[in-house]
Amino acid sequence: MDNQVFAEIQSQIDANPVMLFMKGTPMFPQCGFSARVIQILKHANVPFKTANVLDDPELRDGIKTFSNWPTIPQLYVKGEFIGGCDIITEMYQSGELDQLLKEKGITTDAAA
Amino acid sequence: MAMPAAEIEAMIKAALPDATVTIEDLAGDNDHFAATVVSEAFRGLPRIRQHQLVYNALQGQMGGALHALALQTSAPE
Repeated sequence: MDNQVFAEIQSQIDANPVMLFMKGTPMFPQCGFSARVIQILKHANVPFKTANVLDDPELRDGIKTFSNWPTIPQLYVKGEFIGGCDIITEMYQSGELDQLLKEKGITTDAAA
Repeated sequence: MAMPAAEIEAMIKAALPDATVTIEDLAGDNDHFAATVVSEAFRGLPRIRQHQLVYNALQGQMGGALHALALQTSAPE
């Protein structure tokens, strides 16, 4: 896997406190799992940035190797890999996601 | 390219012999599954590590032959 893709991923997760690698866009998710994570992030009311892996085959493969995670979507908060759809859903339902976002100092849109 | 539930279960159990594995075929198409895996190996590990153990057990099938596997993992009560 070439380092340029990894460097690109690293700079995206460094630059964006809440960074989601997904299929499609927030407006038009192209996979049910990506759509679900988008809904959760909207509900959590935090600003986030997304990258569409369908636009870039190298990113699509690269992110899987980078995270050692075989599926997409993948969520990063403050540079830390949090998980995919199942984990995000579980954390959201248990309230852990809100807690994590708060601990990481991610402010909600409402507070801004 | 589908993978029968029995094969998924066998691969998980080969890597995690103590695991209790429950697999549900969500759409009845041998392609969209939900698995619950309970194993002592998960104790004390963060969720991503738990899921990575299962993905490793599936030896690269996840995201390939295995399109969708919703995963829930935990250590025994």
